[in-house]
Amino acid sequence: MTFKSRILNADEVRRALTRIAHEVIERNKGTQRLCFVGIHTRGISLAKRLVELVERFEGQRVPMGILDITLYRDDLTEIGLQPRVRETRIPFDLNGKAVVLVDDVLYTGRTARAALDALIDQGRPNRIYLAVLVDRGHRELPIRADFVGKNLPTSRSEVVKVKTVEDDGEDAVELWEMEEK
Amino acid sequence: MSEPSPPSFPKHLLDFKDWNRAQLESLLETAQMMQEVLARPVKKVPALSGFTVATVFFEPSTRTRISFELAARRMSADVVSFVSSASSTVKGETHRDTLRTLDQMGIDAYILRTDAAGVPHQAHRWLRKPVINAGDGWRAHPTQALLDAFTLRERLGSLEGKKIAIVGDILHSRVARSNAELLPMLGACVVACGPSTLLPGHLPGVRLTTNLREALEEADAVMALRLQKERMDRGLLPSLPEYIAGYQITEARLAWAKPEAPLLHPGPMNRDVEIEGTLADSPRSLVERQVANGQAVRMAVLYHVLVGKR
Repeated sequence: MTFKSRILNADEVRRALTRIAHEVIERNKGTQRLCFVGIHTRGISLAKRLVELVERFEGQRVPMGILDITLYRDDLTEIGLQPRVRETRIPFDLNGKAVVLVDDVLYTGRTARAALDALIDQGRPNRIYLAVLVDRGHRELPIRADFVGKNLPTSRSEVVKVKTVEDDGEDAVELWEMEEK
Repeated sequence: MSEPSPPSFPKHLLDFKDWNRAQLESLLETAQMMQEVLARPVKKVPALSGFTVATVFFEPSTRTRISFELAARRMSADVVSFVSSASSTVKGETHRDTLRTLDQMGIDAYILRTDAAGVPHQAHRWLRKPVINAGDGWRAHPTQALLDAFTLRERLGSLEGKKIAIVGDILHSRVARSNAELLPMLGACVVACGPSTLLPGHLPGVRLTTNLREALEEADAVMALRLQKERMDRGLLPSLPEYIAGYQITEARLAWAKPEAPLLHPGPMNRDVEIEGTLADSPRSLVERQVANGQAVRMAVLYHVLVGKR
């Protein structure tokens, strides 16, 4: 893969997350019944930031869970290498909650679809929102995000890399080009 | 993207010959994740939706079969079950013909239990489909060994350098053989102990001894095996009291092992034969934990053996 450009730097990532946190609070009319669920891997780091930002703005720490969607993928009969099954931990009752699902990039929509199934298997939230740092288009399913950090038109041969301090040592969003086969 | 890619896995589990340590560790980690699924109010995930799995048991075993079938159902696979006493093998059909017949019905994977060693290997060649060995003769019972390893790791952490004593009828035990194969692959030192008539000539990678004290001393865990009473009819044991006097795991003898060393048993247990009855219910005993873990481990085995390009 070859590097093309940096889309967001650390400050821009912080501002985007700050805006999303404000939008979530506004849409939910406060922190009542609010919770965040991060999708592996970078969605978890982003969800942690949003929980902290909401606490800073509203003085309330809302619950957070983590979700692995591997067992809900729709391509398990087709893939070559097996994805590792990672931890799912939702240490609170989802019933009646307003859940913000958090992922780094929204692309085909298949991860979000799997995450919805995985979440609904664990309880019956009142409302599920989707928050992503980058929406890069090319949806294959009727899914849209409620909160978007950056809308980024891309081609399918491009790769959007979200980096976080927790996972990669820095906060950034980068655009890469896949090598031609 | 930057995560290490997981290892690829053999499309069968006959014994551990085609598996390496990284694959086995990864499988045990997956089993850990399956525990979370089993702790939910709705214990079901869609991972194996569309797969049809057959449990084919030419030798009866209710609990292993139920454990496998529940594991498959919790992964959303369709399950059919073939028990030989209730079907055509009593009418003289060979194992091969039975399996071929089932294969015409679109089975994706087989879970096989046979009284003869090697049938799962042959079935794997006949069918060219994933085969999971649920016990063949005295040879292997890999999912039992995996759930034992999982239960041991849950209590002891890494098995690297840990001493595990297996006590009882080693000679006729597929559980002992599979553990003797698996546990050293995970870094453990295995000592197998029993009366000389119930020990094999040798077991690769395992120390054999007739001295119970030597086996238990400094052991991090002790595994007692079921003593099959029919062994006495064949003259391999002089009497039950004699076996008990020499090899029963009692509270006093368990004191030879490390202070917190847990006790395992693959079941079904003969209380007061291979294991002192009260000890089986003590906090040292992991027998019930083994059964509970069996399901999570079998879900992980099904995941790794089945998922991927067919």
